[in-house]
Amino acid sequence: MHSKTFLKSAVASAAIAASLAWSGVAWAQDAVNLRMTIWSGNEAHLAMFNEIAEGFKETHPNVNVTFEPLPFENYTTTLTTQIAGGNPPDLAWILETTAADFVNSGALAPLTEAFEATEGYDMADVSEQATALWTRDGQLYAYPFSTSPFAIFANNDLITAAGARTPADLIEAGEWTWENAFATAAAVAQAGEADGLVVRDFNYQVWQNVASIWNGWGASPWSEDGKTCSFSEPEMVEAMTAIHDAVFKAGAMPGPGENVDFFAGDAAMTITQISRASLLPKEDPFDWDLVPLPTGPAGEYAVVGQAGVGAFANAPNVDVAVEFLAYMTNPENSAKLAQFFPPARSSLLNAETLATTNPLLSAEQLEAVVIAGISNGKVLPGHTNFAQIQQTVRAELDALWQPDADVAAVLANVCNRIAPLLAQ
Amino acid sequence: MTNLAHDISKPRRTFWTMERRDAAAGYIFIAPQLMGIVLFVLIPLGLVFWYSLHEWNVLANTFNFRGLGNYEQLLRDPALPQVLAASAIFSAGLVVFNMSLALLLAVLLDQKLRGIVVFRTLFFSPVVVSLVAWTIVWGFLLQNNGGINGLLQMVGIEGPNWLRHPTTAMISVIVVQVFKNVGLNMILFLAALQGVPKELYEAARVDGAPRFKQFRRITLPMISPTILLTSIITIVGSLQVFAQIAVLTQGGPGMSTTVLVYYLYQQAFQFHFFGYGATLSILLFLIVAVLTFAQWQMRRRLVFYEN
Repeated sequence: MHSKTFLKSAVASAAIAASLAWSGVAWAQDAVNLRMTIWSGNEAHLAMFNEIAEGFKETHPNVNVTFEPLPFENYTTTLTTQIAGGNPPDLAWILETTAADFVNSGALAPLTEAFEATEGYDMADVSEQATALWTRDGQLYAYPFSTSPFAIFANNDLITAAGARTPADLIEAGEWTWENAFATAAAVAQAGEADGLVVRDFNYQVWQNVASIWNGWGASPWSEDGKTCSFSEPEMVEAMTAIHDAVFKAGAMPGPGENVDFFAGDAAMTITQISRASLLPKEDPFDWDLVPLPTGPAGEYAVVGQAGVGAFANAPNVDVAVEFLAYMTNPENSAKLAQFFPPARSSLLNAETLATTNPLLSAEQLEAVVIAGISNGKVLPGHTNFAQIQQTVRAELDALWQPDADVAAVLANVCNRIAPLLAQ
Repeated sequence: MTNLAHDISKPRRTFWTMERRDAAAGYIFIAPQLMGIVLFVLIPLGLVFWYSLHEWNVLANTFNFRGLGNYEQLLRDPALPQVLAASAIFSAGLVVFNMSLALLLAVLLDQKLRGIVVFRTLFFSPVVVSLVAWTIVWGFLLQNNGGINGLLQMVGIEGPNWLRHPTTAMISVIVVQVFKNVGLNMILFLAALQGVPKELYEAARVDGAPRFKQFRRITLPMISPTILLTSIITIVGSLQVFAQIAVLTQGGPGMSTTVLVYYLYQQAFQFHFFGYGATLSILLFLIVAVLTFAQWQMRRRLVFYEN
């Protein structure tokens, strides 16, 4: 091609492309695309979310909502990388452990006024206990769409075969304590067919999940205001000693570096959230039970994990995003969400509603574990700058997961290391 | 014809002289590669330096100039000595083990035997396996109740909890990395070995030099350029190790396998200190640059070039 002709055609095609692009912009001007990052890839979850998004379209035909599942293991890392890369989502699920980071940073848009202004929203129905973590200065920054209690799933086949007492027996006898729970676990492990008790997703790294045990001793990683470390307090030392003994002396829990899956029938019991009931084997099932956490020296207790959903304040369509959030969490849609995620609305928190949506669980199980758990449960520990605190504690606790560890000394070291981080 | 005559009689100075045309063609040929380097290497490098002078809070959306604050923090960071020590141990262990194993394998495989190609392929194959898949499989093998301890138990040995003790965890990540990449160095050594002229060995044999002396006095000097090349590649590669650490140990137990790149990742992407993460990557850049420069300088004393 002659160079002049080439130049002409290049200019012409660029002009055509530019005008096309411009008309595209004009055409798409009032279309709003919202993107929500989530950590569930479950198809049933996605179908429900898409159904809610379709419902929103009835009143907002120009709004498209897409749901982007990210892997759970590095969800927050991926999310913040998207934000750093200048490509933040409009809405995002947020883990309870990082709630403080998101709520305090100013990254999220305030929700209270928009929710109150939404017809039929009934803000008073949303339990204050559930929203506490997501509220700053009386303003809600993320809606806790899931409040899921930790409970124990038990494999009664393994427990009876080992000649040990099942959790149900122990509960009936009023002896469902950590001491007896560890004894049952140890008996199964000693029988040699399977392991004892697994704290799911802990892997001797995600230590905050062990709050499901140490809360029974009244222990906590830091003070209520988050300023002072309490790893070295006597309650924590006692609780950690009990756990250390269970792992290394009684063999009641599989040790570090061992991968054991309760739902594959490889362990007597596991501590996890009720949503994991979906992992129970459908073929070749075993006789399972779901029971509340045992009592510890500090008495009865419950621990919940929470997930919130917030809208990013800097996103271009933040107002529409907040509107969608109000729609997604209104009473009608909350009932839909309750199929999978235990709700924060008091009106939905009854065995009847939960039973239709959790067909695997009996009414007693729902009452004892879910409703009691949500009503009294303490949320997993979280803190501003949690990721750094989590890693620092994890690195120090590695010394605890050795057979000959000095529990009190290790925990004192943990406090030495995180004190400056907590004080910040 | 008249045109030509006109051109010859009245030479016009055109812009597009022969040299300029050649140069332009040359530039157009290297442009794609150059654009890649500018876009994906030089600009990011400049940006990283720019970020390292700032405090960047992603969540709060703040980006404040901090001057040399991040560099001061680097000097005061109590974790940094541990991190640098872990990096040094990892790199030293990796280079020594990788190079000696690669050379040993190359010497063993430099034989005219039936089926030797099968062995060469076998040792090279891990190089083309996906790194993460390779590491995940090793993760299963190295578990306390995993394959390696299972094998040891069969012969009556109680294996250690590989990834849970500082020493064995470091050894594990080194070995996993060496087995993954030793084939590459092995092939380079093999090519070098096959390039050594056979007459040199014949002459040495005539002079009565034993096998080890032949290796020491002929083979090593003749393949020294390859040794330099592989050692630079291996050291630079060892400083960039990330996936193995992320999959196998997450930097633990304690901080024992938290090497510089993993620490950088933690600071930037897990703790959201992007400014400080950028500062750490400048440190990594300087370390790699200095090491490569030092090795390049040493080549005069250690490397034998035939010509």
